[in-house]
Amino acid sequence: MKHAQSIKSILNALDKKDYSCRELVQHFLTRIQAQNDHLNAYITVCSESALKHADLMDQARSAGTAPPLAGLPIAHKDIFCTNGIKTTAGSRMLNNFIAPYDATVVDKMSTAGTISLGKTNMDEFAMGSSNENSFYGNVNNPWAAGTIPGGSSGGSAAAVAAGLCAASTGTDTGGSIRQPAAMCGVTGLKPTYGRVSRWGMIAYASSLDQAGPIARSAEDVAILLNVMAGHDPKDSTSLNEAVPDYTQALNRPIKSLKIGICPAHFRDGLDQQTEQAIQIAIKQFESAGATISEINLPMTKHAIPAYYIIAPAEASANLSRYDGVRFGHRCDQPQNISDLYKRSRAEGFGKEVKQRIMVGSFALSAGYYDAYYRKAQQIRRLIKNDFIAAFNKVDLIIGPTAPSPAFKMGEKSADQISMYLQDIYTITSNLAGLPAASIPVGFSNNMPVGLQIIGNYLDESKILNLAHQFQLMTDWHIQTPAETTP
Amino acid sequence: MSRTDWEVVIGLEIHVQLLTAAKIFSGASTQFGALPNSQASAVDLGLPGVLPVLNPAVYKKAVCFGLGIGAKINHRSVFDRKNYFYPDSPKGYQITQLDYPIIESGEIEITLSNGSNKTIGVTRAHLEEDAGKSLHENFLNQTGIDLNRAGTPLLEIVSEPDLRSSEEAVAYAKYIHHLVTYLSVSDGNMAEGSLRCDANVSLRKHGDSKLGTRTETKNVNSFRFLERAIEFEISRQMEILESGGRVTQETRLYDSERDETRPMRSKETATDYRYFPEPDLLPLYIDQNYIDSIRQQMPELPDQKNTRFIADYQLNTDDAGYLSANTELANYFESVVDTGGNARLAANWVRVELMAGLNRDNLPLSEAPVSATELGFLIARIQDQSISGKIAKTVFEALWRNEATSAQDFIKANNLSQVSDINALEPLISKVLEDNIKQVEQFRAGKTKLMGFFVGQIMKQTQGKANPKQLNEILLQKLNSN
Repeated sequence: MKHAQSIKSILNALDKKDYSCRELVQHFLTRIQAQNDHLNAYITVCSESALKHADLMDQARSAGTAPPLAGLPIAHKDIFCTNGIKTTAGSRMLNNFIAPYDATVVDKMSTAGTISLGKTNMDEFAMGSSNENSFYGNVNNPWAAGTIPGGSSGGSAAAVAAGLCAASTGTDTGGSIRQPAAMCGVTGLKPTYGRVSRWGMIAYASSLDQAGPIARSAEDVAILLNVMAGHDPKDSTSLNEAVPDYTQALNRPIKSLKIGICPAHFRDGLDQQTEQAIQIAIKQFESAGATISEINLPMTKHAIPAYYIIAPAEASANLSRYDGVRFGHRCDQPQNISDLYKRSRAEGFGKEVKQRIMVGSFALSAGYYDAYYRKAQQIRRLIKNDFIAAFNKVDLIIGPTAPSPAFKMGEKSADQISMYLQDIYTITSNLAGLPAASIPVGFSNNMPVGLQIIGNYLDESKILNLAHQFQLMTDWHIQTPAETTP
Repeated sequence: MSRTDWEVVIGLEIHVQLLTAAKIFSGASTQFGALPNSQASAVDLGLPGVLPVLNPAVYKKAVCFGLGIGAKINHRSVFDRKNYFYPDSPKGYQITQLDYPIIESGEIEITLSNGSNKTIGVTRAHLEEDAGKSLHENFLNQTGIDLNRAGTPLLEIVSEPDLRSSEEAVAYAKYIHHLVTYLSVSDGNMAEGSLRCDANVSLRKHGDSKLGTRTETKNVNSFRFLERAIEFEISRQMEILESGGRVTQETRLYDSERDETRPMRSKETATDYRYFPEPDLLPLYIDQNYIDSIRQQMPELPDQKNTRFIADYQLNTDDAGYLSANTELANYFESVVDTGGNARLAANWVRVELMAGLNRDNLPLSEAPVSATELGFLIARIQDQSISGKIAKTVFEALWRNEATSAQDFIKANNLSQVSDINALEPLISKVLEDNIKQVEQFRAGKTKLMGFFVGQIMKQTQGKANPKQLNEILLQKLNSN
């Protein structure tokens, strides 16, 4: 069971030479080869470079020069640019795009010794909550075929859940790390906005996008966040704040922690079994000594409309560079520049992306800007104020990550509003820039349920502390789906 | 109606490329003339995932310019995205500043040909990035794109509609050009596009308070073209208005070959730029300490220098204007005065002898063969009458041709010092008078013109080194005695 171990046990086994980095990587590659046709979690598998890198790590280990995570096999969401390896962002537009640079996240992970097995599937340009918007096809949730893995980091969450990598990277603009983590029964963290560099991460909505780890446990997430976090002079919005050792606080007692519950998170639309799982978890925190109290986030009801103005507005500009001129998809035989733009973009982008570009362009148009974009920014400030007030009373806020467990593919495709409501609990932390994690806390209809933990700015340690203490008391995070192939 | 019935109203938007080694957001080189796309980094190409990082040298230049026009430097300014599709705009948007520019409310004073001065308001100046270039030649029905220029820092300087003629517009543009060059804010190379003007022109009847409909003529890159484009627009709009028509608000292009402006796009079809704050950049905060530190590093402004030259050196306005216009020349001049003492004499030597030499040999001031110290020394010798102006010119030329290493050595070696010693001069004069008794008598009889004869005789004997002033005094004294 090499593929279902914690990072610590893997590194320990490599230290003890129970197996080599090459053997470990080969083990995962074999699994990917066997299961990826079905799961479709990877868009690109990098067997050759992974094995080469594994050999280098084996040598470094023998020489005693190994970096801290030497030999740990991981996967990157295909939104992180990788030097010399195709980066698609799940879009036909970038089906031929090979970046001449590594994203800072990729660079840091590689420097720490992790080995990239490949690039994971995702909703096109991270726009989606079910991974059904990928040009490269749907991803099967490892817990049930024909069920979505969540999105947009669906491939990253599915790959971890299925044991096709030890851990993965994701990005979260409105819930894209937490919601798929919840649906695949794994642990994911969206750090404070600016905690992890966005350099080389293909932009969806720049003021909301944040990279973070998806892994098997809070402890694994802490180990990975230690590597990913930090100031990057190449990203002006990255925070110039010292990075603590996130593993240090994991074992603090949670007795003195004050935990807030927002009643609005438990109203209509929340799946009953999901609610039960969350309530049981709340009881467990309480019996572990944490104080539970109610807090209010009155502006939460405006979060979805505000998000669906701000994110598409930024996206409409961010995606203008895909014009068929310098890279990416270009239509055949363009007649003139306008034809080149129109057909390249019409062919290169999928439906959801086009819709968001249209919405965003409209919201920014002369005469509409004040009514939409400016208003949405005002709501955003009010949402932030809600949280500031709440965090004066409590240390952390917990609740469901998503209103329901993973649903069948195609189930919500026709109902866009209900699809957008998938992010109702996660979106506020993006709008406010707060860190938040999702951890598995049970099942609903045999599908994993996630609990969201939202923390104050730069309080990732506190979130991971609570998550780790919960995982010491429970075994939800070590449950794995039945193998999907013979 | 005639031209005098109409008031011309002009506002200029001047794009100045800032003189920084690296681009505004990418760190790539700004060098002009490199191989196409050899200076376009991933950021300049707008590749996926790249992010802009503001180059601090860029806002330093902007602050410098702002202080140069006495403007308000905003402690907080904000970058925005201006969205439009164009092949040489790699990201599909330009990063610029819309609502919160770095500089606001400055003013400059222009001097017109009739000698009068006029103050022109500068509404604002904001930072933005330049676009690349579309190349339509040599690509057979296709367009080549060179993104070397993409991301070059620009300062867009917007004037108030205070200009009332093409002459004023050109004077304003020249002043801005002069100032940005003087402050090293820009290299000011107009042929390479370092300074480009957009002219907003409208006409209204004298006395009207409401502005007429304007047109914007874009991308005029020489002062002469600016004048021509404005003149063309004035005539064109006047013709329309006088025949009862209406001017269409539109963007026009000046065609220098045909000497006319042509419509580029009209407002009806104008692009909606969908501006919004650039989320990849934080607002730019500039604190007072920073502004003060730049102020301390600022060179003296041309106007201040001009005033000082007139006050401290008693130069006439012409000399002061000429010598203060260029920092290097002004510094040279002041070094000459430091050694030479006499400012007016120094001004004259710099403007006449030095400039003639530089022009003749096509040399920049930095390579002038005669240093300011040497020239100052010469002027000091003229002042203390140890050499004449004429001899000084000889020494200057010798130094210029590298025939002498120092003025002092050359004067000594060639025995060029004037004979000012009465003890040396007197016997010579006495001898000349004795030898020319007839002329002395004629002089005493009233033929005073013979003074020149005597002087000439003595100069001949002293090879021109006699101090003319002393010579005159002694000569007159001797001739008038007896």
